[in-house]
Amino acid sequence: MAKQYEFPNRGLPYLLVLPQMLIVAVFFFWPAAQALWQSLYVQDAFGITLIFVGMENYIKLFKDPNYTSSLIRTFVFSGLVAFTAMAISLFLAVQANRKISFSTFYKTMLIWPYAVATLIAGVLWLFMFNPTVGVVAYFLKHSFGVDWNHIQNSAQAFLLVTLASSWKQISYNFVFFLAGLQNVPATLVEAAAIDGAGPSRRFWGIIFPLLSPTTFYLLVMNLVFAFFETFPIIHQMTQGGPNQATSILVYKVYQDGYINLNLGASAAQSVVLMIIVIGLTVFQFRFLERKITY
Amino acid sequence: MMRFATALLALALFAGSAFAEPITIEFWHAMGGKNGEMTQSVCDKFNASQTDYKVVPVFKNDYTSCMTGAIAAFRAGTPPAIAQIFEVGTATFMAAKGAYKPVYQLMAENGEKFDPSIYIPAIRGYYSTVDGKMLSMPFNSSTGVVYYNKDAFKKAGLDPEKSPKTWADMYDMSKKLMAAGYKNGFTSSWATWIQTEQFLAWHNVPYGTKANGFGGLDSTLQLNNPLLIRHFTDLYNWSKEKVFVYGGREGKPDALFTSGEVPIYFQSIGSYANMKSASKFEVGVGNLPYYGDVKTAPQNSIIGGASLWVMGKKSPAEYKGVARFFTFISRPEIQAFWHQGTGYLPITKAAYELTKLQGFYNDRPGLELAILQLNNKPTTDFSRGVRFGNLPQIRILEDETWEAILDDKISVKDGFDKVVKEGNALLRDFERVNK
Amino acid sequence: MVERSLIRRSAPHLILIIAIFVIVFPIWLIFVASSRSLPEILNAPMPSIPGSHLLENYGMALVEGSKNLGSPALTMLKNSLIMALGISVGKIVVSLLASFAIVFFDFKLRKFCFWSIFITLMLPVEVRIMPTYKVVADLGMLNTYWGLILPMIVSATAVFLFRQFFMSLPREIAEASQIDGASPGQFFRRILVPMTRTPIAAMFVIQFIYGWNQYLWPLLITTKQEYYTLLIGITRMLAVGESQVEWHIVMATTLLAMMPPVVVVVAMQKQFVTGMTDTEK
Repeated sequence: MAKQYEFPNRGLPYLLVLPQMLIVAVFFFWPAAQALWQSLYVQDAFGITLIFVGMENYIKLFKDPNYTSSLIRTFVFSGLVAFTAMAISLFLAVQANRKISFSTFYKTMLIWPYAVATLIAGVLWLFMFNPTVGVVAYFLKHSFGVDWNHIQNSAQAFLLVTLASSWKQISYNFVFFLAGLQNVPATLVEAAAIDGAGPSRRFWGIIFPLLSPTTFYLLVMNLVFAFFETFPIIHQMTQGGPNQATSILVYKVYQDGYINLNLGASAAQSVVLMIIVIGLTVFQFRFLERKITY
Repeated sequence: MMRFATALLALALFAGSAFAEPITIEFWHAMGGKNGEMTQSVCDKFNASQTDYKVVPVFKNDYTSCMTGAIAAFRAGTPPAIAQIFEVGTATFMAAKGAYKPVYQLMAENGEKFDPSIYIPAIRGYYSTVDGKMLSMPFNSSTGVVYYNKDAFKKAGLDPEKSPKTWADMYDMSKKLMAAGYKNGFTSSWATWIQTEQFLAWHNVPYGTKANGFGGLDSTLQLNNPLLIRHFTDLYNWSKEKVFVYGGREGKPDALFTSGEVPIYFQSIGSYANMKSASKFEVGVGNLPYYGDVKTAPQNSIIGGASLWVMGKKSPAEYKGVARFFTFISRPEIQAFWHQGTGYLPITKAAYELTKLQGFYNDRPGLELAILQLNNKPTTDFSRGVRFGNLPQIRILEDETWEAILDDKISVKDGFDKVVKEGNALLRDFERVNK
Repeated sequence: MVERSLIRRSAPHLILIIAIFVIVFPIWLIFVASSRSLPEILNAPMPSIPGSHLLENYGMALVEGSKNLGSPALTMLKNSLIMALGISVGKIVVSLLASFAIVFFDFKLRKFCFWSIFITLMLPVEVRIMPTYKVVADLGMLNTYWGLILPMIVSATAVFLFRQFFMSLPREIAEASQIDGASPGQFFRRILVPMTRTPIAAMFVIQFIYGWNQYLWPLLITTKQEYYTLLIGITRMLAVGESQVEWHIVMATTLLAMMPPVVVVVAMQKQFVTGMTDTEK
């Protein structure tokens, strides 16, 4: 990309970035540094005793089977959420992208749930699947004989938070896939049709590859969403249970730090998470910049 | 607009100088629903009784959030004056010298008359040091009981005035209820508290060494004892037979009982008012059952609920207000009001006597039953309570393990061995930073 | 043949209608629940058509709130609004300035600034929640609007979006204005900001929703009822401890909490869609 024209002023740019830099420094670097520092200590709940332990918190963390299984669980969960939400939204976007009547109405109806808070998504699904008062739980029990009890059944609990999280992400993905589809040149698809390619060949052979930047972007965003922003869903629906079945990393950070008041362990987990996210961000950015510059 | 604001400001300043504003005392609690309203009423009564202080109750969701919120606030230098801390947080607070002001000290410093002997011994003991100094103020004390659906009992041909006395009765009666059309016999809230802590005290069997932790921080857990394994093996088998149904942690299973679905329910006596108002059937209250062949049972049940801790880093004026507030809430008529409105136990003997005199127990024998259960016998080293650091985590560990057992992920024996092993590690962690 | 094409033509409609049903059904249930009395909700299964307690429930929610909460929805609505507007407007202003500096000026610390801002792009507050709490407490910002707003302005989404947009502008625009003798400030105000209308609008929608839907952060730092936001109110209403959740009030409040962001999204759908998809380009 061509370089943008640059004003010659020297002091002014510093003044302009100052507010943003201040906020980043005070509310990001400072807390992050504290987390790093805390991760090298163990301390009591009230912060009265402080003992330097070096890397012990990290070593303990990776030796703890609960943590490693939570790590694996988080990846499985995020993968499932990303896949489910993206597959459904892509499918819907393809339908909505056809030249059919009411398509504007359909689009609006599929986009607005973006505004629904993650917490509310959790409350909603909990309300439907509540084993005692939930409409869907009732229906499952009385029509299919499924004894829905996600409070005790870990597979059901995992399924429930996966579904609720995917549901939340559909609108977001839909917007991007729809925009991506609209950018696919119609002539290209028509040419393929003339060559005798069927609808599925046309989709997988031409449209899907053209969508790959969108898909890649969404994959990262969905993974990040499932990794972190599903916290309210889990907090509201299962509190990580039963038997840690839904305890993903970000929930563990919260639980160890805020509920169990084990600040050293929680800080070490925060640092691990920050490294994961920053890695993902830089990875994505490199990819995007390359895409822009070619 | 600007002028209006200035005028308003001036008015506020004027008002401020004319009448001394009462000193605000922040009080964080975890009392939801009906009990939350009662907490508000008690504070209102105090505020109306004098003009120097204003106690402001703040609802902080559940017990856990209330405790961790207070600790986080303490670390940040902005604690509330009073924090309601549930019984399992007691050890965490006790060990943190400097984080709180002991009640006996607070009362002495502020010249409030304070006689620990007016409080019911089983309650006082839980919150006192070994040499009898009271560290926190009892507030809402409860104990575990059995609630049952009298209408269901009638339907199943059982005597509605007789709750299951032993676990064998529990099984037989559940079977009869199931024969009468109920899907399950019983369920329990707080498996960690009622089926473990209460259960062991009731049978006079130790939970851990060093007098259940009262004797020092270097105690260890003994939860893999034969009696507890036997009990949870029974519960596990009964859940397969549908005699018992698991309804979640803490008070989650409430709706199973109040909706009429499950006829017998283990819950705190503190839920008495809510159980009565939320159910459409007649609710009975019974003692905790015990194993008939265990010679040491029944001993006495232990308390649950929470006490009020006075946080550190507050001003002398606030402490003075807190001391006044504590004297106020210990008054027999206030205690009786609280006890009768919530179902929590009276914390003083006088309040119990007063309530009895008022004839309150005549049509509510359940409440008196709970007090008598708590005072069934003089307490022993195994029935005074439990005092372990990191107990909230140990409870989470127990909950998770119990869920894993029910989900067939681990056997009962292995499960409790695991709890002991990981729990002891938590105890050592606590010991390390609280020397 | 005719039949087959009919099926083929109606298939997308059918699929979309089913999808909309699945997505909207839970929200419909909230609406139904918010129009019924508590016993009706608790007596499973709840009927799936609205009942007769609509006005009563919303009136209760707005003016009184749930029993233990001590904060009516009206107050919380105000707080949510202040927080959402504070975050969206604050972030837009701060980010516009920062991206203006990063794109249109050459200064020594440019790279450093960009990367420091950039690594916060996807880092949610949940990860650094405890230390951030401490920082905000040290600054005396617990229970203040500043404390609710400022830490939420950190993430770099807006800087990133504006930077992309500024870089895509033709180089001649800034050059010409410089030659015409306009100061950078005049260029920023008169030319750049008006041109950035669409991304600004999109950012507004995204950040408004982000701010409105914040959960864990306000939960930690608000202890006074005067500062509860709607979502905090909802969680507190759900945490009733040993008594019954007042589902009818919770559901009415939930719907109230959903309304404003939905209105914003629907009203600004066009800018929002363009803006959102632009971050990716």
